[in-house]
Amino acid sequence: MLAYIIRRIVQSALVLLVVGLTAFSMFRFVGDPIDNMLGQERTAADIERLREQLGLDQSFPVQYFKFLQEAAQGNFGMSYRQGRPVAEILMERAPATLELAAVSGALAIIFGIAFGVFTAIRRNGFLANFIMSASLVGVSLPTFLIGILLIYIFSVELGWLPSFGRGDTVQIGGWSTGLLTATGLKALILPSITLGLYQMTLIMRLVRSEMLEVLRQDYIRFARARGLHDRAINFRHALKNTMVPVITVIGLQLGAIIAFAIITETVFQWPGVGLLFINAVQFVDIPVMAAYLMLISVMFVGINLIVDILYFFIDPRLRVDRAGGH
Amino acid sequence: MSDTVLSIRELSVEIPTHTGIVKPVDGVSYDICAGEILGIVGESGAGKSMAGNAVIGLLSPPAHIAAGEIWLNGSRIDALEGEDMRRLRGKQIGMVFQDPLTSLNPLLSIGDQLTETMLTHLDISRGEADRRAIAALEEVGIPGAAERIDSYPHEFSGGMRQRVVIALALCAEPSLIIADEPTTALDVSVQAQIIALLKRLCRDRGTAVMLITHDMGVIAEAADRVGVMYAGRLVELGAVRDVLTAPQHPYTHGLMASTPLASQGKARLHQIEGAMPRLNKVPEGCPFHPRCAYARDKCRVAPGPKIADGRTACWFPLVAEKAS
Repeated sequence: MLAYIIRRIVQSALVLLVVGLTAFSMFRFVGDPIDNMLGQERTAADIERLREQLGLDQSFPVQYFKFLQEAAQGNFGMSYRQGRPVAEILMERAPATLELAAVSGALAIIFGIAFGVFTAIRRNGFLANFIMSASLVGVSLPTFLIGILLIYIFSVELGWLPSFGRGDTVQIGGWSTGLLTATGLKALILPSITLGLYQMTLIMRLVRSEMLEVLRQDYIRFARARGLHDRAINFRHALKNTMVPVITVIGLQLGAIIAFAIITETVFQWPGVGLLFINAVQFVDIPVMAAYLMLISVMFVGINLIVDILYFFIDPRLRVDRAGGH
Repeated sequence: MSDTVLSIRELSVEIPTHTGIVKPVDGVSYDICAGEILGIVGESGAGKSMAGNAVIGLLSPPAHIAAGEIWLNGSRIDALEGEDMRRLRGKQIGMVFQDPLTSLNPLLSIGDQLTETMLTHLDISRGEADRRAIAALEEVGIPGAAERIDSYPHEFSGGMRQRVVIALALCAEPSLIIADEPTTALDVSVQAQIIALLKRLCRDRGTAVMLITHDMGVIAEAADRVGVMYAGRLVELGAVRDVLTAPQHPYTHGLMASTPLASQGKARLHQIEGAMPRLNKVPEGCPFHPRCAYARDKCRVAPGPKIADGRTACWFPLVAEKAS
């Protein structure tokens, strides 16, 4: 198992290198940051000097290599727009996004699995059919529209919840959390529903179809023939088998939640890394964009690694196959 | 015979379909006594598994028991539902399925699956269940049972898995075992072992066995009596020796003649002309008459006589010299 994990980590590092290369090469087409950084009264000499200062006059491979070298030491350069170290800005913004993503992900997983199991077991029930139909809304409406609808209902019409921002935050170490204040929690509700709704419906529909498939299996019939309680059959026998493919998708979706937080953060003016990225794109703030993409890919890769390790605990067949090595 | 464990009377199973009601089991009656193995034989779709599923209450909807009675140890069970039926399953009726590769949950150790079944039905402690699980595995001939109790199904071969399945079916000591094609998915070399095991365990415990199979060899090897099913009806029922050597129903006769075991030495195996009718197109009268060489006018209008009165549901049972 250890050998397997090490192999996966090496693979992950390669993935990160490729992501970095792709991202970095794309930035050349976003625009010239110099235009934004110097005012109207710039001279050709100013431009030349700044370009040299930022290292933008060097060839692409050299720039990429330098970026990697610095990034490996945790230094992502200075933001062109804010003139502060990128790492510092990201650290400041990351808690907002991570808290939002964690709450959305938890909502999506808990309700997604619960509804999925319910609709599978009560396949023909009225409530199950209603949930299935309602879930179509979650799948088909775009995220920003859901956000705007929620704002309209709960902020504008009812006035119950704030329409933007994070509310009050408390500083714990280097981490600013909104989970400990009343306004912070209230501010979390709408964005996390907006962000998690799509993932919830996706998980729910997946759990339902997988569970229906599992319930048709011989070992479920055999469990019934042995007179086990329905609860044991549904949750011990069926759900565990359902979770093997579902966990893969959940892992991918958690990564997606962090990555697609951009839209939700924009709608709710949530001060997270997604909003930071959107602003960085407008300003062609290359160091911020590069660091953001690297951060997202580290999370994707990390989550997938965790998912692969989870398989070992759920499925005994993998333990043998992988330990044997191939 | 004494000690009737299972008694099925005029059992009919119906499935409503778009094109009308299909009757996979139609007016079937038979008894199984304690310690007896009743073989149920027939082609695919003859209704043999349906009858077994009806007894254990595992018909998949829309299939349902439409008529008849099922009695188990003196109480009527065909109308039981939900919790009442669940308590019978495993505790009084055990079931062994065809494919041991798919009937064990791949994510639970066999020890867990055994103790879970026992703890559901028996009032024993966890430790006692663990101890009995090992004993159950030893009984079905798993070598090193104590070490293998925490193994997962994929770590066993097909034959070993079927032994585990049998241990699971028997662990709460049911009085009836329904074995639905228990050897069909196994290697020929393992089949005989599994049959011998099933036979020994049931003899020792006095368990009644409904052995559903299409394999005449298995019937000859294991069963005491045999029932032959055709298009949902029981066409012949009797002691294995009698039915196998002197079949009275023309269908049984054809079936025997087409079995390698019974027609040893003959150059070619016999074929019964035509095919079993689809269940929504079962002909009037005796269902076998369109394929029967001996059919007369009466066979075309009147379904065969009730088997309870004799050995076969044929109006004109074959006599020994005709059968040979």
